[in-house]
Amino acid sequence: MQPLLVLEQGLNGVQFGVMLFLMAAGLTLVFGIMNLINLAHGSLYMIGAYVCAYVFQASGSFVLGIGSALAAAVLVGIVIEVVVFRALYTREHLDQVLATFGLILFFDEMVRIIWGPTALYASVPEFLSGQVEILPGAPFPSYRLAIIVVGLVVALLLYLLVAKTRLGMLIRAGASNRVIVGALGVNVTLLYTFVFALGAALAAFSGLMAGPIFTVESGMGENVLILAFVVIVIGGIGSIRGAFVASLLVGIVDTMGRAFLRPLLATVMAPAAADNAGPALASMLIYILMATVLFFRPQGLFPSRVS
Amino acid sequence: MAEALLAIEGLVKRFGGLTATDQVSLEVPAGELHAVIGPNGAGKTTLIAQLAGELMPDGGAIRFAGENVTRLPTYKRVRRGLARSFQITSVFREFTTLDNVALAVQAQAGHSFRFWRPARAEAALREPARAILEQVGLGARADVPAAILAHGEKRALEIALALAGRPRLLMLDEPMAGMGPEDSARMVRFLSTLRGKLTILLIEHDMDAVFALADRITVLVYGRAIATGTPQAIRSNAEVRQAYLGEETAP
Amino acid sequence: MRLGRGALTVALGTLALAAVPPLAAVLAEPFYLDLFTRILIFAIAALSLDLILGYGGMVSFGHAAYLGIGAYSVGILSHYGITDGPLHFAVAVAASALAALAIGAVSLRTSGVYFIMITLAFSQMIYFLGVSLNVYGGDDGMNIVAHSEFGSALDLDNASILYYLVLALLLLFFFVGRRLVASRFGMVIRGVKSNERRMHAIGFPTFRYRLAAFVISGVMCGVAGALLANLTLFVSPSIMHWTRSGEVLMMVIFGGMGSLFGPVLGAVAYLVLEHLLSGFTSHWQAILGPILVLVVLFAKRGIFGIFAGSEEAGRG
Repeated sequence: MQPLLVLEQGLNGVQFGVMLFLMAAGLTLVFGIMNLINLAHGSLYMIGAYVCAYVFQASGSFVLGIGSALAAAVLVGIVIEVVVFRALYTREHLDQVLATFGLILFFDEMVRIIWGPTALYASVPEFLSGQVEILPGAPFPSYRLAIIVVGLVVALLLYLLVAKTRLGMLIRAGASNRVIVGALGVNVTLLYTFVFALGAALAAFSGLMAGPIFTVESGMGENVLILAFVVIVIGGIGSIRGAFVASLLVGIVDTMGRAFLRPLLATVMAPAAADNAGPALASMLIYILMATVLFFRPQGLFPSRVS
Repeated sequence: MAEALLAIEGLVKRFGGLTATDQVSLEVPAGELHAVIGPNGAGKTTLIAQLAGELMPDGGAIRFAGENVTRLPTYKRVRRGLARSFQITSVFREFTTLDNVALAVQAQAGHSFRFWRPARAEAALREPARAILEQVGLGARADVPAAILAHGEKRALEIALALAGRPRLLMLDEPMAGMGPEDSARMVRFLSTLRGKLTILLIEHDMDAVFALADRITVLVYGRAIATGTPQAIRSNAEVRQAYLGEETAP
Repeated sequence: MRLGRGALTVALGTLALAAVPPLAAVLAEPFYLDLFTRILIFAIAALSLDLILGYGGMVSFGHAAYLGIGAYSVGILSHYGITDGPLHFAVAVAASALAALAIGAVSLRTSGVYFIMITLAFSQMIYFLGVSLNVYGGDDGMNIVAHSEFGSALDLDNASILYYLVLALLLLFFFVGRRLVASRFGMVIRGVKSNERRMHAIGFPTFRYRLAAFVISGVMCGVAGALLANLTLFVSPSIMHWTRSGEVLMMVIFGGMGSLFGPVLGAVAYLVLEHLLSGFTSHWQAILGPILVLVVLFAKRGIFGIFAGSEEAGRG
């Protein structure tokens, strides 16, 4: 196995990881602060991908595509927060899961109604369509590299927002004691809506970046959503730091597993058997990782101080 | 002299920088009613949680009936006769009063991998449960859902759940919490009927009750046991008066 | 009196369901027999989930995994030419028990929202395992050549006989479930749902009982999966897609959880609604979704709760 190939797949893993992080960050914020589990988070990811691909195609401007995708997801996010989630904050998790499951069915179908049942083609913008030589003899797609850079910048901004600003202080305080935040004269309702809109924007951003890499189709958000759950479970619910570490871990393990498990197994068993066992094991790898982490640390790697 | 029923040696529990239990040693001989008092935040509930096995101590040992139980899970301690009640009422709200106690009886009646016979038809569970309800004065409320019991009744059910396991040592975490004077007096009368039959570790804020009931008292301040002795000895202990009793008992 | 009313409802319901095959024959609408077989199979799945959800408070979002495991047990054995019925079902039971044991052993160490996410994640794992098994058709699934063989007395090639087998198993699981939740074991499971901390304090090692309930539920659902394979003569990963888990959960809520009877009503209501909506428009999910939201927000006690109006359904 060539080291350059390992490097390339490792970078692919990181790129997948930062996209997962943008999803998981919104989920874990919303859960940590509002105690709400939102399955429809994947729908916001899907909306981001669809709107960006569509607007970019229609207008030719990638920037306009990004802008309208974020705007659409934030708008939809605020609407469902106001209409549905406010009635769900005080409900049990079962109700939240089921109501947001209903939302998923709705959004998946709406996307089919608006854009048709077939997948939408999302293109990479011209200026990112080439390759960059990260090491001599090791080209890497500029678009994927851009995702890594942008993703890390967003992660840093998010960290600064939560750790250093007054708003972040409120967010952290809201996670530990909503009554006190309310008593401070802060409009908790507005704070919740803001946090939700922030999560929606992050999910849409993840989705619009994923567009050219994965297929833009109805239901695309759900696979990523479940992976984001795995990330949150591994990282510890409510912890942004945990979500970041776990995202990279899951991204890298998943990508490396898919790339190398089959050839690796082929060195110890018959190629035909490896052809069967390799992909099967690779598809299970991150779940096995999750089970292992849970076995030793039921609260995840970075347990939230508030439980 | 035989070892005390409950013997705590050098128990330590830290939460971050806070030492909630600080080298606590304590002995409760069989048959004694031993009260633990102390101001809010003294670590009384933390102490009980460690004795019950809900919290693991960071240091020290808990011996019960001659056996080291420091690392045993809660249910095994209960099986050995170490039962507790909760400060904040913790009953099965959806069950009737009788179902509550019958379930506690069931806990001590072998394993529960019995899938077929209706538990509500089992005299072996219902009869002892009824007897305990009579004992705590809830006989007439057997078929009422626990959720709608009055506060005083819920407190009585709380004790009944602990008694149902036929404990050798009963740990009561503020049994009079939130009670009016009438209910409190009834509870004191009830607890005095248990004296001598059962070893009791009582945590309580109501000083009148403590001094009326306790054989010996341990005073906990900032996680440390600063004194242990008879009610008279505690009353006259200068350190205790200064640290804790001063304002409350001075006439 | 309550028992009388309950028993009467069950008896009438059974009679009505038993009349489906002759009615379908008279109306010359074999499709209805197919639809109702499907409904009753999902009723078994929903009932199995209600056992741990309604009585044990365990929100498993991964029950489709056991449907899949049961169905693949039949599919894989048939793939190798083994059509023995008892063996099919024995393998389905064993495989789903084993999977539930492993998944439960990890996920029951956690609670609340962790439990929901982890059961969801594990069922997704089983789903992707199915997708990656190219020998058994991978994503496309595989056809099953023949029904499970139980001899000439129970010939599942006959759609009516398959239907009656499903109905009999549903009734069996219903009565077994009723006994179970009222037994000592059932009291422990319900006690854990009500107040797990107190269960520890009165001396119950709760984990083993929750795990046992989780396995029992998984096995019942696995049997439903084996029946589903016999109905469709086809297995693919899509029967264990995570949305399927959501649907089964929805059936339980639709009907009213914590009653064992409610989920049966829920399965009928959900699948009939799905059938009607899909006849009305191909975009029926856009209508079903908001209905689900409304049910959760405003009709949480379910159909059974509305009709029974009694203490029993409300206890969920």
